[in-house]
Amino acid sequence: MRKLEKEYDIIVIGGGHAGCEASLASARMGARALLITSNLDNIAHMSCNPAIGGLGKSHLVREIDALGGEMAKNIDKTGIQFRMLNTKKGPAVQAPRVQADRRDYRISMRRVLEKEKNLDIKQDLVKEIIVKGKKATGIKTQTGIEYKGKAIILATGTFLRGLILMGKVSFPAGRMGEFPADRLSDSLKKIGLKIERLNTCTPPRIEGKTVNFSKLIKQPGDTPPPPLSFSTKEIKTKQIPCYLAFTNDATHKVIKKNLRDSPLITGEAKGLPPRYCPSIEEKIARFPEKKRHQIFIEPEGRDTTEYYVNGFFTGFSEEIQLEALRTMKGLEKVKIAKPGYAIEYDFVSPTQLKPSLETKRIENLFLAGQINGTSGYEEAASQGLMAGINAVLKIQEEEPFILDRSEAYIGVLIDDLVTKGTKEPYRMFTSRAEYRLILRCDNADQRLIRYGHRFGLISDEDYERCQRKYTQIEEEIKRLKKSRARTTKRVNNLLKKLGTDPIKEDTPLAQILKRPEVRYRDLVKIDDEDERKISSEVAQGVEIALKYEGYIKRELDQVERFKRLEKKKIPSDFDYSRLEGLRIESKEKLSSIRPISIGQASRISGVNPSDISLLLIYLKRREFE
Amino acid sequence: MLVDTIAAISTPIGEGGLGIVRISGPRAFSIADKIFSKKVSRLPSHTVHHGYIIDPRSKERIDEVMLSIFKKPKSFTAENMIEITGHGGIVPLKRILEVILFTGARLAEPGEFTKRAFLNERIDLAQAEAVVDIIRAKTEMGLKVALHQLDGELSSRVEGLRRELIHLSAYLEAAIDFPEEDIERLESPQMLLRARKVLREIKELLKGAEGGKVLREGIKTVIIGRPNVGKSSLLNALLKEKRAIVTPIPGTTRDIIEEIINVKGIPLKIIDTAGLTTAAGIVEKESIARTRRSLKAADLVLLVMDAATRLSKEDHRIMEDVRDKKVIVVINKTDLPEVIEVNEIRKILHDKRIIKVSATKKTGLGRLEKFVIDLIFEGGVAPSDRTLVTNIRHKDALERTKKSLKNMVESIKKNMSAEFISLDLKAALDSLGEITGKTVTEDILDEIFSQFCIGK
Repeated sequence: MRKLEKEYDIIVIGGGHAGCEASLASARMGARALLITSNLDNIAHMSCNPAIGGLGKSHLVREIDALGGEMAKNIDKTGIQFRMLNTKKGPAVQAPRVQADRRDYRISMRRVLEKEKNLDIKQDLVKEIIVKGKKATGIKTQTGIEYKGKAIILATGTFLRGLILMGKVSFPAGRMGEFPADRLSDSLKKIGLKIERLNTCTPPRIEGKTVNFSKLIKQPGDTPPPPLSFSTKEIKTKQIPCYLAFTNDATHKVIKKNLRDSPLITGEAKGLPPRYCPSIEEKIARFPEKKRHQIFIEPEGRDTTEYYVNGFFTGFSEEIQLEALRTMKGLEKVKIAKPGYAIEYDFVSPTQLKPSLETKRIENLFLAGQINGTSGYEEAASQGLMAGINAVLKIQEEEPFILDRSEAYIGVLIDDLVTKGTKEPYRMFTSRAEYRLILRCDNADQRLIRYGHRFGLISDEDYERCQRKYTQIEEEIKRLKKSRARTTKRVNNLLKKLGTDPIKEDTPLAQILKRPEVRYRDLVKIDDEDERKISSEVAQGVEIALKYEGYIKRELDQVERFKRLEKKKIPSDFDYSRLEGLRIESKEKLSSIRPISIGQASRISGVNPSDISLLLIYLKRREFE
Repeated sequence: MLVDTIAAISTPIGEGGLGIVRISGPRAFSIADKIFSKKVSRLPSHTVHHGYIIDPRSKERIDEVMLSIFKKPKSFTAENMIEITGHGGIVPLKRILEVILFTGARLAEPGEFTKRAFLNERIDLAQAEAVVDIIRAKTEMGLKVALHQLDGELSSRVEGLRRELIHLSAYLEAAIDFPEEDIERLESPQMLLRARKVLREIKELLKGAEGGKVLREGIKTVIIGRPNVGKSSLLNALLKEKRAIVTPIPGTTRDIIEEIINVKGIPLKIIDTAGLTTAAGIVEKESIARTRRSLKAADLVLLVMDAATRLSKEDHRIMEDVRDKKVIVVINKTDLPEVIEVNEIRKILHDKRIIKVSATKKTGLGRLEKFVIDLIFEGGVAPSDRTLVTNIRHKDALERTKKSLKNMVESIKKNMSAEFISLDLKAALDSLGEITGKTVTEDILDEIFSQFCIGK
């Protein structure tokens, strides 16, 4: 067996969105890192939808950015259409969604990786994790080469025993056009990890020159384009529109006639599919009363005429895909460039992980991304970043970095995974967060940048800029609470113009801003002394803090209660089998999940309040002993 | 977790005339200030004071009490504590607890005072095992009681309301999380209408439990039977067992005697038809009509029969009359030789419980009481078509649901965006979930995906 000359601190397997963030974070924290992937040209490839962001997902991306990750910056550089969603709703649930140039995104990310001096990038297929005792110590590739690593991060996406299904045809593949990682999956089983199966599907890509766009509804991007990264000042690139098409009776007929062709309908595809992203055939079968479904025709990039048919996920064979597509207005003559397909793959049930994403069974082995049962680039990247940080902390013998549910969507994501596991590919929704009003896109930096800075992933300059912003917001709020609008004719005329009642006595500006009709920029006119320069970011911060003060305060009170239980830590060697009075079911669940805090324990399904009471008592008793 | 202020009745329910309500935690004194006739926070520690508990909402006097003050750390829990000793029995005690909860305390978990004492290091290591035992035992009992008290009707009504709220929540959450989907939206007038409807129903449920209304008024229990079967002696025997809280109500006519007796903490309003058939001058027809009228209003019927005589025509007629009621058949005079045809009774009243007692020898009375309580907790006895909310924990949860729904309605009216409405809706769901023991997030997601076609 050939040994390699070089030893690494961190080895990352997989060059997708999780792998990229994991290797960058490791290298930037000073570790000697290796990223190993089966195809170098597909680093940061978007296997499915060429878009980043959306509700819950942009929240994750903003948090990645605040912690010093790369995703937000990269999409700002390579986006081709930027839109803010939910603009009619409040600030907590507004989120940008960005269409990416699929190829640019890849190239740009690869460039970032290549520039990182502590990071090596290699192409090879890993077939085994080397484990000595209960510790991962390195990897072995299919060419027989061994690499030693102090910590290993697995970020293999759908590649573990991936199986593509199209109609009656099926064949092994990591994703279309790439090899699966079959032997690695066996290696994971061998070291004792429990493997389960999931499936998902992707829509066909079509030839733009065969589409009659004049018959589709055009969806332009926003002006100005809303960026995802806090560090992006402005996005100057020209935007490309998306288009909207609709299925109709004829489409539904074709699909109904052929339902038995789809492995997603017949049950041929193993594992559960995501409910939020069902195949078109499942949509038609499950909602027969719906007369039409929206289909989004999204550009794949600037330099290609390929389009992605969003909403038309399918496991049909190509002929049926084509027949169904051609029933739609504007797509009568369409040609398929790449057919859609279903894919089933292995994942590691995430309750086998610690909240640091290290496996409980094998020390120094970390798992991130789709291998943990999630879906989505943003979910993957979040875990990659956290796994990278935690792997480095581990080899430096530092405490792990764990975000709780009141701090970040990333905290919600990982806590859900390691505490409850998942049955379907897990996607983030804002409704999963208990503290939605404070976990906003706009304040991700306020919530998290100090951590990014502490780990050396955020520069002093960016950190100080953020501090300045929030100091300004605070000062401005103080000022608005103190200075008053006078009851002059001019002021009341202005208020009238805004459609709100006049004031009868001198009123603090903050009070006026709380009125739904009044925006921060209107205050400038009301307040005659005000000549100060306030950036739009600060204005937004002030507005949110004051307008929603009551609601935010209530949520902060809830957070305080929540934190009390999170702060009660359970030692990792705690022996549940000795706990008298616990029900057997609770004992088993607690011993297998091994919660780090009473708070986490209380979220395990089947563990009830009296179990928690008993746990508290025993923990206290331990202190005496 | 030790920052909450907790309260509970800490004497066993239904035993003895005196009862104690305890409050422990940082707000114990300020709560006592609001409900006691004297300013408690100014009084010295370890002193006892006479006064009244007053409902801060209605200014009504609830009970005359003795109130003891313990300042931390020299109290059982090592926190600020108040002990209120009332003497009015279970009904006023429950009302005292209720105003304390209304004023800002949380209902204590089973064994929580002991737990706090332990966590605050008032109890040493040697006692730890005992604490665990206490909590375990109390929790098990608490669970059993909770299960018993959650009668079928209440739980199905609460579950119905919860489903409706989950449904509303699915609309809100889908609109937030899937703005690009072509799915049905619920406009705010409809949302308002439906939220108000749930709020109304919650209020109605609470009305049923208003100030322990059921408990205060008692379960209307009719003692019935032909003359000379021993109705009065049965009533007297029960009264002797459990001291009467209220003596014959003035103004009631002589022919119907109303007494309230306390059976394991549940007041029974006994309507004895004793005088009815024997009263001179009343013709049989009239007497039957009266009996039937009192039967109509009854929540529970004790049908008394004489073990020492054979079934008469009149016995048969009464059995026909009570067939549709909640009935316990009491066969009295079992100290005498039994000649009554018990099998015949079983045939006619096949789904009713039958119990043998001797009122004069006082045998079988304990079992009779147990039967009465079982029948009440099984939900067999619910006063006049109103769902029974007797469990104070349920009531507390319903109160919080009401509060959240009110906030929700306010937010809809103010035209707030969905996430703000959702904040209170989720809080309401959490509170209702405490009654039915169900979690929220997954239910909402399930509802979204079964109701809407999501899939961009």
